[in-house]
Amino acid sequence: MGASVDRAPDLVRGPSRVIASGRQFWRWAPAFAGALILPISPALAASGEPVNPWVAAAYLVAGVLFILALRGLSSPETSRAGNRYGMVGMLIAVVTTLVTHSIASLPEIGVAILIGGSIGFITARKIAMTDMPQLVAGFHSLVGMAAVLVGIAAYLNPGAFGILDASGEILTVSRVELGLGVAIGAITFSGSVIAFLKLNGNMSGAPIMLPLRHVINLGVLGAIIGLTAYFAIAPTVGTGAIFWTIVGLSFLIGFLLIIPIGGADMPVVVSMLNSYSGWAAAAMGFTLGNTAMIITGALVGSSGAILSYIMCKAMNRSFISVIAGGFGAESGPSDGAAKIDRPWKRGSAEDAAYMMKQAESVIIIPGYGMAVAQAQHALREMGDMLKEQGVSVKYAIHPVAGRMPGHMNVLLAEANVPYDEVFELEDINSEFAQADVAFIIGANDVVNPAAKTDKGSPIYGMPVFDVEKAKTIFFVKRSMGGVGYAGVDNEVFYMDQTMMLLSDAKKMCEEIVKAL
Amino acid sequence: MDFISILSIFVMACFVGYYVVWSVTPALHTPLMAVTNAISSVIIVGALIAAAAGSQADGGQAAKWLGLVGVVLASVNIFGGFAVTERMLAMYKKKERK
Repeated sequence: MGASVDRAPDLVRGPSRVIASGRQFWRWAPAFAGALILPISPALAASGEPVNPWVAAAYLVAGVLFILALRGLSSPETSRAGNRYGMVGMLIAVVTTLVTHSIASLPEIGVAILIGGSIGFITARKIAMTDMPQLVAGFHSLVGMAAVLVGIAAYLNPGAFGILDASGEILTVSRVELGLGVAIGAITFSGSVIAFLKLNGNMSGAPIMLPLRHVINLGVLGAIIGLTAYFAIAPTVGTGAIFWTIVGLSFLIGFLLIIPIGGADMPVVVSMLNSYSGWAAAAMGFTLGNTAMIITGALVGSSGAILSYIMCKAMNRSFISVIAGGFGAESGPSDGAAKIDRPWKRGSAEDAAYMMKQAESVIIIPGYGMAVAQAQHALREMGDMLKEQGVSVKYAIHPVAGRMPGHMNVLLAEANVPYDEVFELEDINSEFAQADVAFIIGANDVVNPAAKTDKGSPIYGMPVFDVEKAKTIFFVKRSMGGVGYAGVDNEVFYMDQTMMLLSDAKKMCEEIVKAL
Repeated sequence: MDFISILSIFVMACFVGYYVVWSVTPALHTPLMAVTNAISSVIIVGALIAAAAGSQADGGQAAKWLGLVGVVLASVNIFGGFAVTERMLAMYKKKERK
């Protein structure tokens, strides 16, 4: 499956060239990294620190296994082996820690792992695939909270973490790391809790605008940085108030930052929080001088950052504007509401079934609406029946479709759609011109030609599918009233070749299956 | 370990992360998030140290309990994260052509 490796970095051309030309090299990159870092650890241990070189080596092995875990995800075939590497790495890290510390409370730790482990395992088994975005957000909040707890524990009992200087105060550099680690952890926690509530529907997905929010946010951020600096240079850490203020303000800012961000920007937010959880782990790794934590933190941090970048790129929006929040709220409508009564055609399930049976090729474009309606199984059934009729069926997925990166791919995979029938935007966009039918289900903004033509549109410049080139378009949508997240009217509704299938996505697919 | 060696490890790991993550196929971005989430729970190491240290020093008792809560949270993530990744990847696995 070399093809899927090739396809991977296509979205952004720059790095893809680097990888394409050096693929052989990067296949071995983890080994190189290991070779580079390996000689450092024994040298450090020999420099008088009471670190057993084998312990450092064990943490290093754990770190390298985590690199291999991510490396495995370059294609579905190698991904499961990668996941196993990750598990082994985690086991090594935990066992090494337990073996090398005098354990005063092994039974309690065992119980703690048992409780946490069973909660996690059962949740992971039971969760529906459509709920994956909120599960990930919820998990991020736990990492954030764990980082905060570790930071506070290190602050309360610095001796156990080996971060005391000769005079019994916490080392300056450790204070900076502690301050940053706790702050990032707290932001990750409160931000992820808000993201979770929004994704889970406990809280409205609509942006909530506070007056003066930019001023407040910048002020709070400034205060956190200033206090961290003061915490570091203060003569003693006895003044606990500074530390607790940093913790409190960081919880507050995470909350304030995520509240004004709307539902469809969640892919960016979830990736960003993913990145933060990594940086929090890295900061704690600095405090403990632990290579496994530092390597992991750096990996997770860059992973989340790259995903946020990909998501922003796919919406043609800057990261800052997403984080500033409130998309669509202040941008004036470029076309106004005057188009509301333009003529459009309504189709029925029978029409759609008939047309698609006659077609040679059908491209299906799923969006968040498919996830909401849980229509993936019915959709796959429809696809299978079409294939039996000799129709070529392909799925086209926009990078920001759904509520998290890769959301649609997972849902289609759950419904047993072979992954070699699922294509990314850039790989399939040229095929619409030859396609007989474009079947849009629950997507809207990602097929809006205004992104290419209307300079005044809020989504102008966003890469979109060229569905208007297909001979026939079926647009499954609950009603004509709603518009996509960006609040922009879609020209595709009114095109001659478009038939609107107004119904719940799942019901519509089932009806089409019946008609076939 | 002195600060600059730790920093060098960190910076090199960032570069490794950059190239490794760019090579992840977009179809697997959700499993990527789940697995990064699981491995970032390596923070459990810190929680274990706090919990294991017991109550020798002042604040040790509080630190121990915070550490134990940290261990619970991190284990939810470790087990949950790896299990859910495994579950997702198994679905991709079944996709072999008939």
